[in-house]
Amino acid sequence: MAVRVQTEDFDVGAESRALQADAVGAIALFVGTVRGLSSDNGVTAMTLEHYPGMTESELERIEAEARARWPLEDVTIIHRVGRLEAGDQIVLVGAASAHRQAAFDAAQFIMDFLKTDAPFWKAEERGDETSWVDARESDDVARKRWTS
Amino acid sequence: MTITTPATSSLSVRYFAWMREHTGTAMETVTLPDNVACVGDLVPHLTAMSEGHALALKNMQAVRVAVNRSYGDLDTPVAGGDEVAFFPPVTGG
Repeated sequence: MAVRVQTEDFDVGAESRALQADAVGAIALFVGTVRGLSSDNGVTAMTLEHYPGMTESELERIEAEARARWPLEDVTIIHRVGRLEAGDQIVLVGAASAHRQAAFDAAQFIMDFLKTDAPFWKAEERGDETSWVDARESDDVARKRWTS
Repeated sequence: MTITTPATSSLSVRYFAWMREHTGTAMETVTLPDNVACVGDLVPHLTAMSEGHALALKNMQAVRVAVNRSYGDLDTPVAGGDEVAFFPPVTGG
């Protein structure tokens, strides 16, 4: 199990190398970042809150479900909390397998479930204004396609 | 001779994100009222605590529930010593 919730940034290259092993032929990495001011939403920064204890157990549950579905050699899930600015990295999901399809699919599965199940909340700053982000229906749709 | 502690009759209740802002607290200890068997039974006791609580818990359709850090719903049983959390749909990733 490699689940980390942290305020510090992470090094994608180091995380990729840490997933490499003799039986691994494919590493899929997803990195989520804070969209900047020039994008449609005008966000300058955001603060991520979470539910310590439950967050880790939910992420471990999601990882265990992914491992039960695909032949994965290793999995890394890192999610940052606290205040993040435009361009900062928020989340990393890495899935390592012998072949690419399992790695791609597992990384997507983990992100889809993280979006709907892991107890994180974003408050976005636009200039002096702070507002809580609403959940997106498209995230529920993305999750449901794995449970049909 | 062992000293036994009294039976626990209180709950920890936690709130997150805008629900925390409305209630004005991240965590509070609530004496377990009589005749509370599940989360749904507890809600009216919480909404009676303050206007902010009533506002936070106004629309339970928009609220997610966890008991002892696992997802539940209004029918999930609660007992003394449990940790009950209320929060909006999650928005991480």
